[in-house]
Amino acid sequence: MKFGVVIFPGSNCDYDAYQIIKSVMQEEVEFLWHQDKDLNGCDCVILPGGFSYGDYLRTGAIARFAPIMQEIFDFAEKGGLVIGICNGFQILLEAGLLPGAMLRNSSLRFVCKWVHIKVEQENTPFTSNCQRFQVLKIPVAHTDGNYFISEEGLKKLKENNQIVFHYCSPQGKIDPVYNPNGALENIAGICNLKRNVLGMMPHPERAGEKILGTEDGKHIFSSIVNFVKGKAN
Amino acid sequence: MSKEKKSYQATVYVRLKEGVLDPQGTTIKRALGDMGYKGVEEIRSGKFFEVRFFSESKREALKLVSEISDKLLANPVIEDFKVEI
Repeated sequence: MKFGVVIFPGSNCDYDAYQIIKSVMQEEVEFLWHQDKDLNGCDCVILPGGFSYGDYLRTGAIARFAPIMQEIFDFAEKGGLVIGICNGFQILLEAGLLPGAMLRNSSLRFVCKWVHIKVEQENTPFTSNCQRFQVLKIPVAHTDGNYFISEEGLKKLKENNQIVFHYCSPQGKIDPVYNPNGALENIAGICNLKRNVLGMMPHPERAGEKILGTEDGKHIFSSIVNFVKGKAN
Repeated sequence: MSKEKKSYQATVYVRLKEGVLDPQGTTIKRALGDMGYKGVEEIRSGKFFEVRFFSESKREALKLVSEISDKLLANPVIEDFKVEI
């Protein structure tokens, strides 16, 4: 299968994403430029972390209008897999591919640390290799990760099982103490209704090799690979 | 003959919706307390944009600026905006 990693001006986790797929997962991967109008047959598109367009106006607000986004809208509409990590998640929210919005962290600080997240949904293409309620240790690094959605929107997310990850303790306890940014109800990642678009604040691409501290991030990418290859067989 | 276009300047005020937490406002309020200003009940932060452009009429101008505010300058999920010309 082939992954595509989109590069926006200001993306800075693009090479991390490329590296884990190429060297760790040993799958095909190529970069896609924000001005491109073709996804070159990629099976999964990654919107990487960083500070696209300097985070001017609002995080992800300008990137959402990049030419490649039109292709990504069409691709997602047809069921193509799209994963937004950190700034990528913010772009997906601004683009309306996922519901809600990001506010500044409640601390107003850039938060860079290891967190634990609980897998609440294992029936998505991005988490199918995880156990339900499995705890993953993955780092976060952001200033705007304070997820917000209206009361009505939150109700819908819950009804449709779209909350994929919660921030939690190493043992899986969900409590505000383990919330790094003030996100509503400790939400760390959500998917769309069709479950083919995922946004998450933590960086699985930075946690895929023992030398980096954990291999937990690999579960996300191996799930994607299994899903796409399973479909092809 | 097409109408002559005139120059307009619009100001767009963008603020967080009621009920949306404003971490910046809360922090500023706390700082004011530390500075000795008592009785500050609430601070809500926001931003404004000045947009200069040519348009055929004030009505058209308002329509255009409202559109760009809705599409780009504000995020309707968390923000309200007001346009003045």
